Amino acid sequence: MASLKELKGRINSVKSTQKITKAKQMVAAAKLRKAQAAAEAARPYAARLAEVMGSLASKVTVSETSPKLLAGTGSDQVHLLVVANSDKGLCGAFNSNIVKAALVKARELEAAGKTVLFYMVGRKGRPVIRRNYPKAVLAMFDTTDVREPGYDEAERVAAELVKLYEEGKFDVAHLFYSKFRSALLQEPTEQQIIPVPAPKTAAAGASAIGAAVVEYEPDEEDILAALLPRYLKTQIFGALLENSASEQGASMTAMDNATRNAGELIQKLTIQYNRSRQAAITTELVEIIAGAEAL
Amino acid sequence: MALHFELVTPAKLVRSEDVHMVVVPGAEGEFGVLEGHAPFMSTIRDGALKVYRSESGAPEEIMIQGGFAEVGANGLTVLAEHVEG
Repeated sequence: MASLKELKGRINSVKSTQKITKAKQMVAAAKLRKAQAAAEAARPYAARLAEVMGSLASKVTVSETSPKLLAGTGSDQVHLLVVANSDKGLCGAFNSNIVKAALVKARELEAAGKTVLFYMVGRKGRPVIRRNYPKAVLAMFDTTDVREPGYDEAERVAAELVKLYEEGKFDVAHLFYSKFRSALLQEPTEQQIIPVPAPKTAAAGASAIGAAVVEYEPDEEDILAALLPRYLKTQIFGALLENSASEQGASMTAMDNATRNAGELIQKLTIQYNRSRQAAITTELVEIIAGAEAL
Repeated sequence: MALHFELVTPAKLVRSEDVHMVVVPGAEGEFGVLEGHAPFMSTIRDGALKVYRSESGAPEEIMIQGGFAEVGANGLTVLAEHVEG
């Protein structure tokens, strides 16, 4: 049986842990609202761009002369997995879920005889990927000095990816991030970003705009070539925003659980403390009475 | 009589309003868009977007960077990467 003093110390330490988790939970809740608003604000642009891409892509036939970002390099030997993680922990299984999804895909690709490379965004996924694939990390993008992911970061990531792509470092790129469903549910998602897949809204976009004859200036191919990198940026930006909303959601849930756990623990320890205090008092009384009787 | 004009950046929807005319700095020259313009799509060079709220008033200038303009049945949509002012 632990002594009274020890018990008291433990109760105090659990209490201070609870304070931290509770604070982190509230911070996450506030940040979640912000991140959600940011993700929502980015939607009109992405939707418009996808629409335009769809209507353009339906007009341009993919040939050898079309931009590499759309047509691909002609092989699919080297795959780059872009893994977007957070920089901070205390968010439950958020990061490990994304990394797990990426590792599953990596094994699948390796089994098919492909080469796998990694591009890491964010800090938390690095050690795990490094341990599993020590030589496969092609590059890392540091976001530690950025508070919230903005379009500038997406731009830089996209520019770096396009540069690596043009240097022929990889043929296909997949993006791994966590899709925000709700504060309780985040889905690790995989998405092919290079070569750019034709947007799913292609049919809808074509019927909306394609009904009238649209004039292009410069011509379709040039516009498409200008649009592709922009589309890539938007996709990465969207992923970063979803990721940050997911991170806050996961953090909120995890910290809520931790706070509740700490509460239970405190209760248990307090009961134990009171019992042993009473036991000590009883023993003392018994001793005194026994002493008095002996006289 | 009014042209529906939307200016969108990745971060947010900057403008969505009815105006008289917008002059867009297209990649191959500036062009003005009035209501009932034929469907048209163009890339944009960095420059000032001039928004005329009424026929006589002075234009409001918005600096934009990188993007493209699309004129369709539902007005003019400008997608820009960066917007100032």
